[in-house]
Amino acid sequence: MPDKLKVQINGKEISIAEGTSVAAAILNDNVAALRRSVDGNPRGPVCGMGICYECRVTINGVTHQRSCMIACSDGMEIHTDA
Amino acid sequence: MPDTASFDVLVIGAGPAGLAAALAATTAGTSIGIVDENGTPGGQIYRASGGSPHPKVRGQIEELECKDVNVMGNTTIIDAPEPGVVLGLTGSSVRRIGYKKLILATGARELFIPFPGWTLPNVMGVGGLQALVKAGLDVRGKQIVVAGSGPLLIAVGAYLKDHGAKIVTVAEQASWASLARFLLHLCPLPQKAMQGATLAAQVGASYRPGTWVEKAEGKDKLESVKLNKFNVMIPCDYLACAYGFAPNIELPMLLGCDIEGGCVKVDELQRTSVPNVFCAGEPTGIGGLELSTVEGLIAGFTATDWSRAAKGLSKDRQKWQSFAQTLDRTFELRDEIKVLAKPETIVCRCEDVKLEQLSECDSAKSAKIHTRCGMGPCQGRICGSATRFLFGWEHGTVRPPLVPTPLSGLEIKD
Repeated sequence: MPDKLKVQINGKEISIAEGTSVAAAILNDNVAALRRSVDGNPRGPVCGMGICYECRVTINGVTHQRSCMIACSDGMEIHTDA
Repeated sequence: MPDTASFDVLVIGAGPAGLAAALAATTAGTSIGIVDENGTPGGQIYRASGGSPHPKVRGQIEELECKDVNVMGNTTIIDAPEPGVVLGLTGSSVRRIGYKKLILATGARELFIPFPGWTLPNVMGVGGLQALVKAGLDVRGKQIVVAGSGPLLIAVGAYLKDHGAKIVTVAEQASWASLARFLLHLCPLPQKAMQGATLAAQVGASYRPGTWVEKAEGKDKLESVKLNKFNVMIPCDYLACAYGFAPNIELPMLLGCDIEGGCVKVDELQRTSVPNVFCAGEPTGIGGLELSTVEGLIAGFTATDWSRAAKGLSKDRQKWQSFAQTLDRTFELRDEIKVLAKPETIVCRCEDVKLEQLSECDSAKSAKIHTRCGMGPCQGRICGSATRFLFGWEHGTVRPPLVPTPLSGLEIKD
């Protein structure tokens, strides 16, 4: 699938295929930790289906978005919290 | 609260059970709505890939459209404020959805059992990693250990390999003896035997029964895992580990449905203890695709007062229930899995509650009060299933909203 969308992950622009979730886009960019736990430990996606809330990131300024449940859209600004 | 809708039959969940229920109900010509958290119907087993529906559900999706079924995607039910009404959250807005008959087909999640290192990034569920690959995660050339228990391990191992991953091993905790007995049971179900054989051939020699992950290690992310049978740390990029499934019973509980053995109690026509509320598929007991589909059909027929059609499926239901029991026995978790977590291992990931903090608690409720176990964003969906397995604690109470909800979506009264 040709890369059609451009998103920013922590300020860095990347191209990705349509239909890619935010979580997959971040992991593909070699970032494994998407957030820090209450004790400050790095965490990444676990369940892949919106149950565990471990993949939360900030999307277009809105915090605590489940990145596994949201598809990338052109121009999206994504910030991890790790 | 804006935007209300109302249906004769409302189905929650668009996996195999929910789709079967909705389509069965259309034969009565009533108004039907179906809600799902994902944007595309199919559930977890027929999860959409790269935004397009799974080929196995395309026909059903078309049929829903032809029959004017209202498909409400990206919608999570967060509350049931009064009989005949649920609240659906889409994005940050909430709407009332009315119903005369409600069919709960809320599916299941994976069962995660804590072990040292399970909170490291790149340690995921088995279906979890597959879902991420379907959503575009590139695993080409990645070293992956698949572990835990159940037939999904083989299916996902084959799927990942097909997507270019290098499967280091598929570690199944069940013993060879147990699996051999299972194979004998498959004889009356040739299609299942074929499915198993085809997938097993793909993962081949890397399939290791009687094997499990003792710990995972890494600095900021997973670097290696230790299996019980090997004395070395095995380097890998991803660990996909889950021990079967846990039913999603939060909404049924909120509605007041009787729960038995961690599952929603239903009669032979899928009726719950609450009038006009039916339940089908995994929440009534983990049974897989075929049982979910049959239960969905029965629920759809019953909800539209076509009990003859529903009763005609009882033999099918029994057949797949007995298959589910065989699966259960085959992949029953061994006691060693119960003692993998060390005192300092985190059990509740949301609140970073360690095993040692739970030692003086005797129920999910006391753990909540004393340690905040189960009080985070997942509301005990991950740790609650783990503590049920580890300590035998039954699910605590559920309260609305069932998932974290933006304040802007809630109806705030003075």
